[in-house]
Amino acid sequence: MEKPLQMQGLFLFPTFFKIYVLLPSPEAVVKHMSQRVLLNSKEINIILHRLACQLLETHLDFSETVLIGLQPRGIFLAERLLKILKEEYKVKNIAMGLLDITFYRDDFGRGEKPLQANTTKIDFLVEDKSVVFIDDVLYTGRSIRAALTAIQSFGRPKNVELLTLIDRRFSRHLPIQPNYRGRQVDAINEERVKVMWAENEGEDVVYLVSK
Amino acid sequence: MSELSVKHLLGIKYLNKKDIHLIFETADHYKDVINRSITKVPTLRDSTIANIFFEYSTRTKLSFELAEKRLSADVVNFSAGQSSVKKGETLIDTVNNILSMKVDMVVMRHPNPGAGVFLSKHVSAAIINAGDGAHEHPTQALLDSYSIREKYGEVGGKNVVIVGDILHSRVALSNIFALKLLGANVKVCGPKTLIPKYIESLGVGVETNLKQALEWCDVANMLRVQNERMDVSYFPSTREYTQQFGINKDILQELDKEIVIMHPGPINRGVEITSDVADSEQSIILDQVENGVAIRMAVIYLLAAKIK
Repeated sequence: MEKPLQMQGLFLFPTFFKIYVLLPSPEAVVKHMSQRVLLNSKEINIILHRLACQLLETHLDFSETVLIGLQPRGIFLAERLLKILKEEYKVKNIAMGLLDITFYRDDFGRGEKPLQANTTKIDFLVEDKSVVFIDDVLYTGRSIRAALTAIQSFGRPKNVELLTLIDRRFSRHLPIQPNYRGRQVDAINEERVKVMWAENEGEDVVYLVSK
Repeated sequence: MSELSVKHLLGIKYLNKKDIHLIFETADHYKDVINRSITKVPTLRDSTIANIFFEYSTRTKLSFELAEKRLSADVVNFSAGQSSVKKGETLIDTVNNILSMKVDMVVMRHPNPGAGVFLSKHVSAAIINAGDGAHEHPTQALLDSYSIREKYGEVGGKNVVIVGDILHSRVALSNIFALKLLGANVKVCGPKTLIPKYIESLGVGVETNLKQALEWCDVANMLRVQNERMDVSYFPSTREYTQQFGINKDILQELDKEIVIMHPGPINRGVEITSDVADSEQSIILDQVENGVAIRMAVIYLLAAKIK
């Protein structure tokens, strides 16, 4: 369900010849340094069900498929999808693992502080399986690049797909695109997409935060 | 907290409790990595590390080299025996020449205490002390505490006795610092002549009766008698040392509990420890070696991240 334009911080501005142009609403301009709701919990729920159905459509019984949640933020989305697939669509025996990419990143020593690693938990081989990476936001694509290297430590997958809740358009540094996307968002580089989950932050909501 | 408080690892003395916990948590992840079918990660693929050993070493050198290679760093090895050190080159000159070849980190073992500290003041690379004389051997102490943590879940509150040649042992000193930082109770045990005079000032107990020490402890860390560092005789004979301070199956069976046996290696079988103990279920000597690689990967990773 699309929101009214006004709620997205936009309004229709009439010009000559009855042509309307989209401009940021005065409130949105005043509310600099603010955060705007991109998706509320109801919308997230609908999207999660759609993504689960799309996975189901492609992978059927998941016998040759493994879901890999990317640490640290992709695991919540992965757990949710797993729950929906198991409880609502009665899919049994879905293999799911958690993958940490810290040691596989290409920006070591370039940031301010070393990144702290998270747990990797993949207790199966991915040899000849269809792997689905699950992450909350796709931005530059560099994490996915690292994940592609990391997954090779667990075998040679038959193919690798990518599922993201939020796909930030026009911000890619690498030729990587999602196979399943929740919502596509146009955000400028100064803006940040914040995905929150009920089990971690108290409610399901996606914010667009401008600095 | 995701950063060490130091730029070099010169000794446990310079670390705080948070540093040690960070190293342990990072090592947990590396232990996971080295148990995969592909044990290599690309993290340090643009770093070069020099292993400079002015003293003999088997485990430490191999362990460091494996750790570096599993992090994808480029490695150069240097042993003083086959080098221009024999022609009279000084330590700083030797290392500076190696650094001119664009080396980011130096792992050094040296017979003189304080060699690492000295070097860290004069060269720009990150220094890891792999043993400096009878002073410190920080990565060994870290892997020892890490192995205790792995066995018991935590180090704090455990009773650890370090048995043997405390006077000449860098492992003993680093272990005391690390164990005390982590909240363990520490005793040293050995012939009076091989226990430093003011060791109690480090907050450790002294015990000269091995039996009593073993009854008190949860973990016994057995050290080698360092004959090569002894200029005079510290005890009448090796046979007598073994009778008083050597550990064997009979002594362990007399105890009313099962303790964990550790040894930093190299083992002198039949002197400080008999083969049946060294190879028993109670011994975690080979776990220590495995953990050594993970600990060294963690240390190298965390220090490399501080190189700007």
